[in-house]
Formats: sequence, C-alpha cells, structure tokens
Amino acid sequence: MNRTVTRAGQPLPDGPAYDVTVIGAGVVGTAIARELARHPVRIAVIEASDDIGNGTSKANTAILHTGFDAVPGSLEARLVRDGQRRLAAYAAETGISVERVGALLVAWDQEQLDSLPRLLAKAEENGYQAARLLDASRLAELEPHLGPGALGALEIPDESVICPWTTPLAFATQAVLAGVHLHLDCRVTAIEPGTEPGNGSGDEPGTGVHTLTTTRGTLRTRGLINAAGLHADAIDRLLGHDAFTVTPRRGQLIVYDKLARDLVRHILLPVPTSAGKGVLVAPTVFGNVLLGPTAEELDDKAATESTEEGLALLREKGRRILPRLIEEEVTAVYAGLRAATGHEDYRIKAYPDLRYVAVGGIRSTGLTASMAIAAHVTDLLARTGLDLGAPAELPPVTVPVLGEAADRRPYLDAGLIARDPAYGTVVCHCERVTEGEIRDALASVLPPASVEGLARRTRAGNGRCQGFYCGARLRALTERAPG
Amino acid sequence: MTRHERTVDVLVVGAGPAGLGAAAELAASGVRVEVLEREQDAGGVPRHCHHDGFGGRRTTGGVSGPEYARRCTAAAERAGATLRTGITVTGWAGPRTLDATGPGGLERITARAVLLATGARERPRSARLVPGTRPAGVYTTGELQQAVHLHHQHIGTRAVVVGDEPVGHAAAGTLRVAGVEVAALVTGRPPQPLAVLRRGPGAPVLSRTSVTGLSGRGRLTGVTVRHEDGRTTTLRCDTVVFTGDWIPDHELARRGELALDPGTRGPAHDASYRTGEPGVFAIGNLLHAVESAGTAAAEGRAVAAPVLRHLVTGSWPARRAALAVEAPLTWIAPNLIGPDDDRPLDNRFVLRTGRRRATPLFEVRQDGRLLHRQRLLLPARPGFPVHLSADWLDRADPHGATVRVRLL
Repeated sequence: MNRTVTRAGQPLPDGPAYDVTVIGAGVVGTAIARELARHPVRIAVIEASDDIGNGTSKANTAILHTGFDAVPGSLEARLVRDGQRRLAAYAAETGISVERVGALLVAWDQEQLDSLPRLLAKAEENGYQAARLLDASRLAELEPHLGPGALGALEIPDESVICPWTTPLAFATQAVLAGVHLHLDCRVTAIEPGTEPGNGSGDEPGTGVHTLTTTRGTLRTRGLINAAGLHADAIDRLLGHDAFTVTPRRGQLIVYDKLARDLVRHILLPVPTSAGKGVLVAPTVFGNVLLGPTAEELDDKAATESTEEGLALLREKGRRILPRLIEEEVTAVYAGLRAATGHEDYRIKAYPDLRYVAVGGIRSTGLTASMAIAAHVTDLLARTGLDLGAPAELPPVTVPVLGEAADRRPYLDAGLIARDPAYGTVVCHCERVTEGEIRDALASVLPPASVEGLARRTRAGNGRCQGFYCGARLRALTERAPG
Repeated sequence: MTRHERTVDVLVVGAGPAGLGAAAELAASGVRVEVLEREQDAGGVPRHCHHDGFGGRRTTGGVSGPEYARRCTAAAERAGATLRTGITVTGWAGPRTLDATGPGGLERITARAVLLATGARERPRSARLVPGTRPAGVYTTGELQQAVHLHHQHIGTRAVVVGDEPVGHAAAGTLRVAGVEVAALVTGRPPQPLAVLRRGPGAPVLSRTSVTGLSGRGRLTGVTVRHEDGRTTTLRCDTVVFTGDWIPDHELARRGELALDPGTRGPAHDASYRTGEPGVFAIGNLLHAVESAGTAAAEGRAVAAPVLRHLVTGSWPARRAALAVEAPLTWIAPNLIGPDDDRPLDNRFVLRTGRRRATPLFEVRQDGRLLHRQRLLLPARPGFPVHLSADWLDRADPHGATVRVRLL
C-alpha cells in the first residue's frame, strides 16, 4: 500500500491535479477525507501545522453529545444527532475510547430549576426521549460530592465522553491507508480559482482546475473543500467570497489529577443562559476531571494562552459545583479556540461552479458531528457535478487504547506482554505508557513530529508530573525517531 | 489467572535512598526483602543530582548524587535484598497485596509488611497554575537534571529559575553546566539575609516576586513577573525551571486509602513509620516531600526495627493522637503519636515554616495544656527543615486530643 504523508522540506508530489483537496486536517477535515476516501478519486489533505488535529480539535471538552440542547430544526441539530450515532459505532469498531457517563444539567437557583422542563421539552423536540427530571435528593444520591445548594437536575443518560485525539487519528490513518495524500506543514497562501467550463465532451460539467499556492509549492485540484476551522473565512475569501467571519471564542480549561476522578460520576453541565453554555465539570476518558471552558470573544486566532483571570474564574465556578475538586492537584491547563461565526448554526455551503464546499462555523459540537458533516459535505460535493464514483469499503483501522475504563491498556495485558515485553516496560509512570506503545506510535502511519504529538497518540508525558520523570527520555525517543 | 502470584516477608516500593536503606537493614537481619523500582536503575532522585553534598549531614562535602545512589544500591544488594528495577507497582489487590507490571509480565505479590518509599516530585508549571502560552523550554529541576546529565540534551541559551531554595540553586548550577546563562532566580519570599555570601556565580535573586505568565509560541520567549508592590516586567529567556514546591508521590498511598496528613500530603504516620493501615509502613520523602537524601536513608534504616517487631508481634495501634501545626508552620513529621514510646529519628520532629522567624519559639499543647516550650537558636527559614525536640512525648496522651504545635 502506498502511504503518502509529506512534511516541511519535502516537495509536493508531481502528477495530475487532485480530484479533491481538503484544506485543514482537524477532526472535520480528516472525517471528510476519510469519507471521500471510499470513492475512487485522487484526494489530498493539506494542513498548515505539523500534525493532524492540531488546532481546535486538540483542545476541547471531549464530549460525545446527544444533541439534546441544539436549536431544533437546525443543520447542527441534525448533524449532531446523526454524527453521534455514526461516531459511537465507529469508536466501537476502531477502539476510540468512549465512556457513557451521562450528563446532569444542575439547577442552582429557582430560575434555573424552572427552566428545566422547557429544556426537557427541547430535548424531546430534538428527538431525544431519554431525558428526565431529577429532584434534589435523587441528584445528591447520584453526585454525593456536589456543592451545597443544588435544587435539581435534568438527566441526559446518553451524553458520553470520548477521546478527542484518537478520533481524528483514526480518520486520518484510515484515509491515508486508502490512498489519500496528507501534506503537513502546508499552509495555503493564495488560490487561483479554476472556473473554466467543461472540456467539450459534454459529460463533465466543469474541468476547471484550482491552483493553490502553499508554503510548500503549488497544488492543483478540481474539487475543493474548506475545512480550515478558525481560518475557514480566510480561505473562503481567497476564493472571492465574503459569506462569514470566524471569531475565535477562547475556552480555557483545567485538567485535574486522576486522583480526583472519584469525585464526579457524570458530566455536570450548567443550565444554559443567554451568556452561553457556561462552565462544566466532566470526567475524561483518561480518568481525569475537566473544569471549563471559559467563553471569551477574541480577535487573535492564535491566542491560545491561559490567563490569570480565566483560571480564577474557573476555580470560582468549580468550587461551587464540586468544592473538593479545587483542593486536588492540577495536571494541565490549556485553552482552545472555537470557530464562532455569530450565527447559531453551522455554515456549510456548496458552490457548484467552483466544485467547492465551504465548511464554516463548526463549533464545539464538531467532534460529535464530524462523521455526519463528512457525509453531508460529500453529498454536496457530488452534486456539484464532480463524479466521485461508487463508494467501497475502507481498510480497517484500530487506534491505541488511551481510555482508562476498559482496563485494556497494554500495561495490564498479560498476553500482550508475554508476546512482546516492551509492553511491560513503563516509560511514562503517571500515565503508564509503555515502551511498546511509544515505539508503535513512532512507527505508525502518522508518526508524531514532536513530544506533544506523541502525547496525543499515547498520553506519554501528559500526566501529573508533566515530565519530571520521563520528559527527557520522551524527548530523546522522539528526536531519535526517523522523520 | 494471568498474574504470577507470590509472597515475600517485606515488599518495598521504591529504590531511592529510603527504600534501599530499609532493604539493607532488613536483609541484614535475615528477612526476605524485595524492592520494586519502576525506573530502569535503582538510586532514586540522587541518580541525576550531580552536585556534591550527599551522604553527609551538612550541606557541603559528601559525594555526588550518582555516587551516593550507587552506594545505597550496593549496600542493599550486599546485605542480600532482592532489587528489581523496571517493575511498576500498579495498584492494590488486598491490604498487603500489590499488583505489578514488568517486562516479565503481571505479578501479584503479598507481603507480611509493605513499605512505601515512593518519594516526591516537584510540582510542574501547570499544577502551580501559571498562565500563558504552552511553549517548549519549560522544566522542573528533575526533568532538567535528567535532560542534562542522563541524556546530554541541548537546553537553551538563557534561563529563569523559579525558586531560590537549595534545589533552585542546584537547578541554576545544572543550567550553567549545560552552558545556559541564568538570567535570574525568582522567589515570592523576602530577601535572605547573608544571601550574598552563598557560593556560586551570582545570578540576581528577585525576591518578593512571583511569575504571572509565560509567553512565546513554539519556544518560550519570556517570563512575566510581578513584584509584591505591583511592578511587572518580562524577563527575556528561552528556558524556565520551576523548582522546589515538592509534593509526595502519594498515588499508591491514596489508592490504598491510607489516611494522609493534611500538612505534608503524605501518609499520616507515627514515629515507627506506621501508617493508618496495618502492616503498611511509609518512609522517606513520601512522608513529607523533600528532605535530604541522607534523612530519607536514615528513615529507611530506622524503619527496620519497627518492621521486625511487627513481623514478630503483628500488633498495630488502633488509635493514635494526631499532631497538627498552625501557620506559619506548614507541616510536621511524624504526625501521629503512637501508644508505645517510640521516638522519632534523632529524637526530634521535622517541620517546615512558610515564613521566616528570626527568633523562633515553639509551643506544644494538647487540649489547651502546655506540653513543651522551646526556643530555637537559629532562624526558621522557608525551604529548610526546622526541628522540634521530642522530649515532651511522654507528657502527651496518645489516645487524647490532637496535639497542636505553634511557632511564635
């Protein structure tokens, strides 16, 4: 099998124009590439950074949503509902860690309590029938460490947490195995749209070829999909449109130590207000506890720093929700940027004359909806006249098991260790990542280019000591690895 | 069953100075001791501390860390202890039964006595909630020392050290060895008297100053600091080392539901190193975060007698009076008073203070009753051990109320 993954310093391959090029290798871009890979067409994915899932996709709340609280009738509502089913099935097939912990929308005052029945009705309108109201005593039973003053809750038993890193990894790996070319470190700087009419044979509505200028040379493609996340508006403008503007909305998050995991059993959601969805407390599939996010409208699309005020706000909110959490050790702090457009829905639009689909405004639900977005976009693209051919089966993939719940981690697998002792040699003590897993990641279809990339594939170095024990060794291993 | 099950007399978790000290003494007494170490080499943190000062009571002289680690390891082996490195203890399967993973497979080991000697680590930037970007070039002393001394990695060109305790100065030394200029040491504490007399080339110490943010994308470009009086500035650098701020590596202790002391965050324990769990002892820096390697080793040796006694009698105190400290003191160890008249190491308690006291006076009370007053000859300084005599122990009621220690 030909696997084409190129990086900075390598030329873009020669050859005929691609049939379709996807700009952006986040969770949405890789999902689209995977969906397209089922068809007999030549596909490229180009990504500005040095790894897949390296923007908004790597820093989110990692929730697999039911879509109970979406705007009924919106595109987002439909794609989240459909995407949730698709991704849950895909996760079971590939080994992406998912934990169905359920969510509780906790009411802390009478006004919030009064709004729960309306939210229950909205969930039902969204086709979600399993939600139910809980009184204060039942809530206290379900979450014994909740702070004082909770009056009741709406329970959403199917809200789940998911591994946000192996999801795009599975998509991208499967796409590359199916022949998709992935070009990393490849930022688009200009696009010359190919608007020429057909070649006269009559069966092709337009053979115009777009010419993309990138930081690694030019690339030619007939079809184009813009899944550039925070930069989707800039790409759209390169094609002469002015349909939407992406405003980064920063979310700062605090990851608490695994020793805090027993304090919380559900995703604890605030009752949404006009000010946004608010701050949640949620378990992660890795066995940590997440507190966040903030919601800050910014204009800098690179402003992924945390702030003193943001962290203070989170701690204040967290102390009310789960007082004991704040006494626990913090493992990590990060900030992600959501692609807000000022419209309460996704901005997915096809331009048939350009064989182009813009995928904008994919907000925090993008992880859940990714596979449904991919199916929807592929459908739109096919209707621009581009002949995608009949879909076929994709080569199967499995991803590393990073979740704690299933006890399937290699360090606990006697059979695996017996076959290969490297799976019994723990390198990262906090996360119990073994030499075998690190070796596998470095030799994988999409090897990491940095210790951060290695962490997203194995969790090595992402634990409570943040490198005190293993940081130097992990750097040595990553830097020694071939390109 | 896919786990290999065995029993031993004493199982020691952690082959640092404390675990090795205990193993040496116990093995010399004819007890079957097995030590499990998750790192590939025994010796603990001294393995990567290349400065001198190990093995002696004083802060100068002694041997280098790696040499000290070798001596501790050799002593335990010579005494007949079984040392197994590259074996990670992953959890508890019973009150004195531990599960472990190694290249040879999964094991379940039951011991008549378990000694936890899992040490301490420095809290990283994230645990200290230092905001800003997340660039490369951010270290703890432990990671820095391993990068320089074990892996010979390139560090950077100009560094800021956060902390001015001994470990902060050790970090500065390691940076200089690696050819990195030390721009400043930053500490929230007031200036140390006589700091100018301290050895070594002097990077400025910015006292009463805290780190408020990191900047730089990809690579660190600066550390923003704020003085107590509100002034802020950004120190240009490509490397920052967060030092000190130790926390016991207490995961196994917590997973085993051992009661922790709120001050030390290590297992609550008495002068015989007995935790709240029958048959489970704890020693070394797990108990109180960081003391010197010599102290950890001495605790390891001192636990042998109580362990041997426990192996014979099997007894364990049901209830013990707790010891608690008041601010500015931050912790005391040991922090339980046993019913037998066991004395702590060197007949004194170890404490830490959060603020300097020039003429410290200890006061020890139980139920309001004054048990002891003691004037110290030297100032009590943050980051350094302060000692309280244990002479008053026979006046305390081991079944009574919490004993409270104040520093006036």
